[in-house]
Amino acid sequence: MDITLAKSDFDAIVAHARGALPNEACGLIAGLVGNGGKSIEKVYLLDNIDRSAEHFTIDPRQQLASVKDTRALGLTPLGNWHSHPSTPSRPSEEDIKLARDPKASYLILSLAAEPPTLRSFHIENGAVTVENLVII
Amino acid sequence: MKITVAGEKKEYADGTTVAQLIVAEDVETPQYVSVSVNDEFVQTDDFDTTELKDGDEVEFLYFMGGGAFALGETR
Repeated sequence: MDITLAKSDFDAIVAHARGALPNEACGLIAGLVGNGGKSIEKVYLLDNIDRSAEHFTIDPRQQLASVKDTRALGLTPLGNWHSHPSTPSRPSEEDIKLARDPKASYLILSLAAEPPTLRSFHIENGAVTVENLVII
Repeated sequence: MKITVAGEKKEYADGTTVAQLIVAEDVETPQYVSVSVNDEFVQTDDFDTTELKDGDEVEFLYFMGGGAFALGETR
C-alpha cells in the first residue's frame, strides 16, 4: 500500500511538531483512496491536550471540526499523525493498543535525530506493518 | 423525527436516546467513542438520559491518542 504526502505537508507537520517540543504533537490526515493506495490531500495540525512528551490525545473539539471539514471537502478520513520527540518512528505499545481502526494509516514523526523521520503504519489486531510512504 | 448522523439524514423514533442511537448505528468499540450533539459533547454518564430532538446533528468521534515509549524504554 502506497500512501503519498506532499512535501509541503511534510514540512508543515515537521514545523508543527518542532513548535510543540518538548511535547508530542498530533493531527489528522484526510484524502483519497483508490488505485491500491492513498493520497493525503489535507493535513490537520491539531493540539495535544495531554501537553506531554510521552502521550498525546487529539483535542476532541478540533477533531470534530476537522471531521466536518473533511466531509465538506469531499475527502475521506485516512488516519492520524503524531510525533515522538525523542524515540524512533515506530508505534509504541500504547499506540498499538489505542489504534482501533484497521482502515487507518498511523503516521509517526520521529524528531530523535536529524533529519526527522516520518513513517506510516497499518495496525490491525495488534499487528503492525509499515506502509510505503511517498513524499512528493 | 429526522436527525443527522455523521452527515447523513436519518429517521428515528421520538425520544431516542444517545445510548440507543449508539446501538442502532452499530457503533464499534463504543467505549472509545465521544458523542457530540449540535457541536456539544455529551458526557458518557448522560448517554442513557439524553434524548435526541428533531433536527439534531450527531457525530461519533473515536478517541485518538497514544504514547511515545515502548515497554521498558526510557527517555
